[in-house]
Amino acid sequence: MIFSTIIYFLIFPGLLFASIAGGFLSWFDRKVTAMVQFRKGPPVLQPFYDFLKLLLVKETILPAKGSPVVFMLMPILALVGATLACVFILLPALNITSGFNGDILVIFYLLNIPALAFILGALASGNPLASIGASRELKLIISYELTFLLILAAVIFKAGMRINLQEIIMAQADTSFIGSISGILLFIAAIFCLQAKLGYVPFDIAEAETEINHGSFIEYSGSAYALVILTKYILLFTLPVFIGTLLLGGLSFTGINIVYSLLKILAIVLLLILIRNTNPRLKIHQAMRFFFVWMNLLVIIAITLSIFGR
Amino acid sequence: MGIKTFCFKKSLWLFHFGGASCNNCDIEILDCLTPRYDVERFGMKLVGSIRHADVLLVNGSINRRDKERLLEIYHQAPKPILVVAIGTCGCTGGIFAEGNTFAGPVDKIIPVDAYIPGCPPKPEAIIAGIVKLLNK
Repeated sequence: MIFSTIIYFLIFPGLLFASIAGGFLSWFDRKVTAMVQFRKGPPVLQPFYDFLKLLLVKETILPAKGSPVVFMLMPILALVGATLACVFILLPALNITSGFNGDILVIFYLLNIPALAFILGALASGNPLASIGASRELKLIISYELTFLLILAAVIFKAGMRINLQEIIMAQADTSFIGSISGILLFIAAIFCLQAKLGYVPFDIAEAETEINHGSFIEYSGSAYALVILTKYILLFTLPVFIGTLLLGGLSFTGINIVYSLLKILAIVLLLILIRNTNPRLKIHQAMRFFFVWMNLLVIIAITLSIFGR
Repeated sequence: MGIKTFCFKKSLWLFHFGGASCNNCDIEILDCLTPRYDVERFGMKLVGSIRHADVLLVNGSINRRDKERLLEIYHQAPKPILVVAIGTCGCTGGIFAEGNTFAGPVDKIIPVDAYIPGCPPKPEAIIAGIVKLLNK
């Protein structure tokens, strides 16, 4: 029992599997970005070269005027949070174990841990640009989390008040939730939430490279930064899978369904990349207004529609 | 070639330090990232923070004020770091070499791994210089 739990966490569907899948998705991201800009793009294994270089070759510098312990612990916490969320999502999604009652709320909290850990790490680094990044990230969390919670509430309502991920997948056995009007509205809002959670361009306010030099991550170097980018790879895999499970009818790895599942994940990631490449960066108050007013309105309309069975 | 050297050579992240430059070399460096030359093919990308950098690109003549900044940036960088002097001003000083405020070419301040002369060097020359650096 304990042995299988360790296997679940470390190898499949946990750390190793998620980071390899996320690495390939990250390459997909860079390649599609390059193709949009008429470039050639990096080789397939590029994300792994980046990770191994940072982990094995580069020196790790600790902040002199910050708190080194918190600074070094926070990437590990972020990695653990992302991996746990990935395990809790993939175990029911791949039908390995049935999960437990209320796991959708646990996943919601676990998906918050990486962002919060990055904020703490940035504040522990003692760099003024990092603290600007941290404060922006905090405002971004405040704005998108309510929308994300409302999306979860709508999905729970559509599934007949079930808070178990596997039962939500079961409820979509005939038609997935995106087949209704409210499902499409929820999907649009969810895509923008993902964009903000991943820190992609309309909402990359917290790590604006050209403006505050990577913001929260400005002081991270070497192996600590390797863990940061590994967390990003895992989130790039986990979040599209989560949305695919909630709205697109779940994944299945038997027979021809493998192709459909992969296409679902790739389609969601492709949508994220295209939004990323065709939009400028918002200001923080624009992003907050976007989520507080428009996205919340969209999700509330979706909930109302789903009460009337649309 | 061990896995460490291989990964390092496959993913060089560039940080750009412009001294008292006339901005020609800066524009030619940016040209390398455009669709026509696209150094991301080799895994290179421009980063905003020196803590993430593997290659420090220095161009422009280094005057007395730039010297302190350059030393500070060099000490802040995580080792191993490669330094590339781009343009005549970075390599030798060019027409500013005898100026009053000139503080010496880059290799008098920090160790330099590759020189790419030219005023400004063409993007092809910059890419050729970096390929030579990788094969060294």
